[in-house]
Parts: sequence; structure tokens; C-alpha cells
Amino acid sequence: MTLRKSHRWLLTVSLGFFLLAVAMLASPRILRDRYDARISSQRRLVAELEVTDLCLFTDARYARHLSQADWHSPFQDNPTTLDYFPSGSMVMPPETLRGRSHAMGEKTSQLH
Amino acid sequence: MQWARKQVNFIDFALSSMLRRTGKNLALLLVYTTIVFMLASVMFFSISIRNEALSILDATPEIVVQRVMAGRHEIIPHGYAEEIRKIRGVGAVRSRLWGYYYHPGAEASYTLMVPGQVSLRDDEVSVGHGVLRTWPTHQGGEILLEKSDGRVVALNVTQLLDAETELVSSDLILMSDRTFRAITGMPEGYATDLSVSVRNPKECTTIAKKIRDALPDSRPIIKGEIRRSYATIFDWRSGYVLVLLSGAVLAFFIFALEKATGLSAEEKREIGILKAVGWTNSDVLILKFWEGAIISLTAFLLGVLAAYVHVYFFSASLFEHALKGWGILYPSFRLHPSVDAYQMGVLFLLAVVPYALVTVIPVWKTSVTDPDLVMRQ
Repeated sequence: MTLRKSHRWLLTVSLGFFLLAVAMLASPRILRDRYDARISSQRRLVAELEVTDLCLFTDARYARHLSQADWHSPFQDNPTTLDYFPSGSMVMPPETLRGRSHAMGEKTSQLH
Repeated sequence: MQWARKQVNFIDFALSSMLRRTGKNLALLLVYTTIVFMLASVMFFSISIRNEALSILDATPEIVVQRVMAGRHEIIPHGYAEEIRKIRGVGAVRSRLWGYYYHPGAEASYTLMVPGQVSLRDDEVSVGHGVLRTWPTHQGGEILLEKSDGRVVALNVTQLLDAETELVSSDLILMSDRTFRAITGMPEGYATDLSVSVRNPKECTTIAKKIRDALPDSRPIIKGEIRRSYATIFDWRSGYVLVLLSGAVLAFFIFALEKATGLSAEEKREIGILKAVGWTNSDVLILKFWEGAIISLTAFLLGVLAAYVHVYFFSASLFEHALKGWGILYPSFRLHPSVDAYQMGVLFLLAVVPYALVTVIPVWKTSVTDPDLVMRQ
């Protein structure tokens, strides 16, 4: 007996969604121990070395340590030099510089 | 039950009708799947990296104090630490020594750092995995660095930092205080910045304000600000993620709009024939709704599954070039799946519902027209 086209499609899609749901619900649990171990070793290193930033953007120094960037970062070479590093278009200025009008940053903006 | 049987028949008819136009529908499915894949990949990546960043950076110093001169970050004298220690509520104040080293051969910048709690000999270094991957003159466990006086120093790589920590340590070169000062030229009695621990973390903002009052040329950076910086960058509703997403969303809307603006002559003729053999307007609408739903559900499923594999099994390798920019060094890391039902719901609403609805509009316009007229067009 051959299945109708509709049944085949419904079966495939249902199976796909079921697999997706299983992957999304089960994989975080299965990988939890490994994740916890990784996070704790990273936290240990961050605490030990007092690291402040992720090593994601390594082309520009204000993107490598974006939370520590100085005031003139995007125009660091001279006032008319536009930001030419690709990561500069992805990384926004740090909270300390944007915080002036930001509700959450109001308190800290008083510091600068 | 009868309703369900009727819908199954509609799906059968819709699938047969779509298989008659295999090429067109496959192209449609491919474009749609690619857009969903992009949307889902950006969403999965940003949510996971955000969670990872927030968890890791929770261990960062409570306050980092920089000195600012002429609007630029300047090295800070050790005397500033003494001033900060006098402030009530301040715990330990430590000097942080770190800086950058550009290697012209590798065309990459590395982060030099002096570990506070580990002592290293002057001729040895600990390095991150990214350093060894990219350092061109690494031979026999030695790396050569140029000192500030122009002379070259050979340093033994005695330890590799844990590969699991690459996200924070990939470009790190840890060395002794004396070696760091010899390479960077930083004078004795100065540090890059100061890290301050606070007895009551709730007082961070107050203490930062007191530091600013006591040392007007200083710039205290609070842990909360560091974490918020990363939270904002990788919030999928803002920052660069929104820029990436808006491109994909725009592409999707152009694609859906094209579909909404009209039907092909063949599709119109098909509707005319269906009406002529007795199908009602609602039957035609249901049929076309199922055609849209079949395409969008299949594309959603394929796109999301592909994005899941891309982000969590291949570490979002397609985004590597975007994140890397002109950088040579990029950490190798695995992300932890952390997408919840709300985020999947948003993705579903964004990717499936508009398309399924928008495809019905031109069908409705055609189905209310006289079948004879439609078939003659």
C-alpha cells in the first residue's frame, strides 16, 4: 500500500518538527555538564587574569577590548578618519560612552 | 473528521499542482529556506554568544580604573592605587599590565598580559591556542618578540592556555612583569589600568563616583557596564544583529511582495478552471493557502534545522569572516544551544505567517473574477 502525497508530506514535516523540538529541548540538557565545565574554566581564567573582554574581534584594538575603548576610538588616527575596520561597523561604542541618554546608564553617566 | 479529510484532500491537490511546476517551486523553496536559514542562524548565534558572554564576564573585575589624558587612555601611576585604597568600601586594588603587540609577519595583533596570580620566569610565556596557530616564527617551543629598544628576545612557550577558554584567551601572551615592561617600554611605577574589588557589589556605582571625584582624570568602568556592552551587541533586537537581520527581513519582504502582487497566467487559468468545474471561492482560497503553507512550513523546517547545525555543530562558520573582519586571529569555540520557545515563536511568526497570508491576497482577487474572463486572459 502506497501512502498518499499528503500523508507523506504531513509525516515528513511532523517528523522534522519533532526532531527539531527534541534537538532544542534535549541537546542543552545532554551538553549541560560539558557546558558548565567550559564556562567554569573560562570564568576561572577571567577571574585569575582579570580579563574584561571576549577575544572575538581582533582587527581593531577598540573592538578587541571594546569595554575598555578610549573616548575617540572611531576617529583614533585623526578627527576626520572614519572607522575603516570591518568590525567597527558591528561593534557599537561601549556602554560607558552610549550611556548618557540611556535610562540604564543615567547613573553611571554622572561619572564621566 | 470530515473537515480533516477535506483538508488532506486539499493538501493532496496542492502537492500535485505544485509538482507540475517543480522548477519554479523548488527555486521558491530554496530562496525561502536560505532566508529562514539566515534569520535563524543570526538569532541562534546571537542568543548563545550573549548568554556565554554574560556568564563568563560575570567573573570580570568589579571596577577597572583607567587614566584619561587628551581624551585617550593613558598609563596610570601606582600612586593612584593608594588614593583608591583610601576610599571606604574598596577591597583590593591591583595593577593590571596589558597591551598589544603587532606581529608584522602574522599581520595580527596579540594581547600581552601579566598574570596577577601566577608568576612566570622572565624567559617564559603562556599563550592561547590562537597565538600558536598564527605565529609565523614559532619554532621549537620558542617565540621571538621585539623589545621596545629594537632588540629581539626569545621566549619559551611553557604553557598553553586551556583550549576550552579560547573565547577569552585565544590571543593572550602571558609573561612576567619585567619582560612585559621590556617589550612594551612601559616605565616602572606605572600600569595599564587598575582593577578594584568592592566589598559590597551594590556600592559599585557610588565607589566609582568617589574614585572619579578623588581622581578627576580617571575613568572607572563598572562590571555592569562591561556586561551591558556585550548584552547590547549580541541582543538580536538591536546592534549589529539587527543590521544583519534587517537585510534578511527586507529580502524576505521583497520576495513575499513579489508573490503578493500577482499570479502567473498559468495559475490564473488553473483557478478559472477550478471555478468553472464547481469550486467555490473559499475552496480556491483554502487550496492556495495550503500551497503557501506547504512551501513556508517546509522552508521553515529546513532553514531552522540547517541553522541549528550551522551554529551548534559548525560554530557558525559562515559568520566567522564577518566577525573576524581584517583580523587574522579568530578563536575556535563551540556554542551551547539555548533557544527557547518564545524565540522560536517569534521566528515562526516572522517567517511563516506573513508569507502564508500574503499569498492569499492575489488568489482572492483572481477567484472573485468571472472564470470565463480569467481563462480568456
